[in-house]
Amino acid sequence: MRQSRLGTAMLLLCLLALALLPLFAEKYYIQLFTKMMIMAIFAMSLDLLVGVTGLVSLGHAAFFGLAGYVLAFAAPQYQAANLWLSLPLAMACSGLLALAIGALVLRTSGIYFIMVTLAFAQMVYFVFHDTKIAGGADGIYVYAKPVASIAGWEPFTLENHIHFYFVVLLLLVLVYTALRMLLASLFGRVIVGIRVNEQRMKSLGYRTFRYKLVCFVLAGALAGMAGYFAAAQFGFVSPETLGWHESGSVLMMVILGGMGTLTGAVVGAFAMMLLELGFQGLPEVAGLDIGKHWQLLMGAFIVCAVLLLPHGLLGLTRLASRWRRKPAEAAE
Amino acid sequence: MDANTFLIQVLNGIQYGLLLFLVASGLTLILGIMGIINLAHGSFYMVGAYLAFSLSQYFGSLWLALIGGVAIAVVIGVALEWLLISRLYHRDHLYQVLLTYGLILMFEELRSVVFGDDVHGVAVPQLLRASIPLTATLSYPVYRLWMSAVCLVLAAGMYLLIQKTRLGMMIRAGAANREMVQSLGININLLYRLVFALGVALAAFAGMIAAPVASVFPGMGNQVLIICFVVVVIGGIGSVKGAMLAAILIGLVDTFGKVLTLEIGGVELLPQLSGMMIYVLMAAVLLVRPEGLFGKRA
Repeated sequence: MRQSRLGTAMLLLCLLALALLPLFAEKYYIQLFTKMMIMAIFAMSLDLLVGVTGLVSLGHAAFFGLAGYVLAFAAPQYQAANLWLSLPLAMACSGLLALAIGALVLRTSGIYFIMVTLAFAQMVYFVFHDTKIAGGADGIYVYAKPVASIAGWEPFTLENHIHFYFVVLLLLVLVYTALRMLLASLFGRVIVGIRVNEQRMKSLGYRTFRYKLVCFVLAGALAGMAGYFAAAQFGFVSPETLGWHESGSVLMMVILGGMGTLTGAVVGAFAMMLLELGFQGLPEVAGLDIGKHWQLLMGAFIVCAVLLLPHGLLGLTRLASRWRRKPAEAAE
Repeated sequence: MDANTFLIQVLNGIQYGLLLFLVASGLTLILGIMGIINLAHGSFYMVGAYLAFSLSQYFGSLWLALIGGVAIAVVIGVALEWLLISRLYHRDHLYQVLLTYGLILMFEELRSVVFGDDVHGVAVPQLLRASIPLTATLSYPVYRLWMSAVCLVLAAGMYLLIQKTRLGMMIRAGAANREMVQSLGININLLYRLVFALGVALAAFAGMIAAPVASVFPGMGNQVLIICFVVVVIGGIGSVKGAMLAAILIGLVDTFGKVLTLEIGGVELLPQLSGMMIYVLMAAVLLVRPEGLFGKRA
């Protein structure tokens, strides 16, 4: 997808704002934005599947949650895990799980694919929910944040919320850039081609199954990266992080922002989390505590968004600019 | 495991499977005929259970609650199809997933607003409160047998409706070619609305008759939904016959997974991992027949 000059300028402006945020924001907001950026990485990883390759996965949280559990295992009790070892380990575990699940689910397509990804993610959920390996339904604590020491030298510490913020911001930029480069490469062209017309790609001689599997594993590993930092920040992992509510809400982020654009996934993640926070802060009206029952509003919002915003939030800007330039073109 | 325990578990498994069939058949029909993936289908099961709970208190009888509940479920189904689902026929599955996911959030939260988050029980009707003694200590409740019988009657009714009536013929034709049926002067929109309402009513009815044995609790709909997805995947989309076979298979696998014990190399696998059994079954089916047991080959 080609970026307009205006779009690039906007992107850089947003990046600048994010980089300057810790200078004037309170701790609470810094942590909030850290969480939003983590979710943005998660949403981008799903966008690679849903928006780019056309694989609607409803079980993406399995890879997100698994990486959190890997961190919890790597940091037993009060012993902190080493970032440089545990992060690649967590991402590798998520990637391996994605390889195993992907090899099965990619045999199906369309409606089947949606149902089967959901079902396998639920299987992973039950493994952590029903067995005692990691605290069962109660979840497990990550007592200490991972340390980033290389042979005694510590370039930064994740216990410091500002350091944590900049690490996540750096990763967000890295993941975004890497995915952009991937999309511009031949591989990226092939997977976009698979979404548009898989039969055509097959007849051109591409083994589409392999491409889709690589995509699935890559998306799983990136979701693992997000899940790792989410667990490190929150200090707690429960089976709910693998659950389908998580998968559903990240899917909503991707669609709300606008699919297949990566930028849309980031915008969607920020918008969804701010919306959630806004709904939770609502007061009691006529004896009904709306803030407590915010999911009611979220559900209604999702229904309305599907009916009224077919191209997501970014679609709105596109619509506005097209309408401004040439109303006749928009009508066509 | 002696013969009597075995018999009880087989009966339990079949009864659970038949109940799953009621929910899954609606799901598979809506998928196969209307091409709509409906995540909110489990919510209808939950709505049914809560209707049984509240209406049986209101009327003082589960029988009246069943009649009233089915009527309410049909109204909900028609209204939802008319207001929301009918706008999704020409859209990608992705949007169907999202809209119905939004519906789940709303149903689940409305449940929390109206009934709270406690677990509720529903009394078994007086008429069916007896048990059939098998040995000095084991017996089997009549209510469960009644449940299985009702499910079987409904399954037979559905078979007759779809295969032997004019309406069923139109429904099958609508699944095969929507435009053709429409141009022959059949009101396809009305037909779809009927199918959707039928699916909702079946799911709600399953929730209602399950309420006395399974109790009524938050999240019950989602649990059933995911198992029903597994049923549909194993049985094949749109196949009612496949749904029946897969549902009973899953009912038995799930029930026996919980009572059998299996240890390999000193590691306890069953019943600790019984929750995984049905997914292992699904994975096996996907390996051999990705389109499901009775699905059409793509």
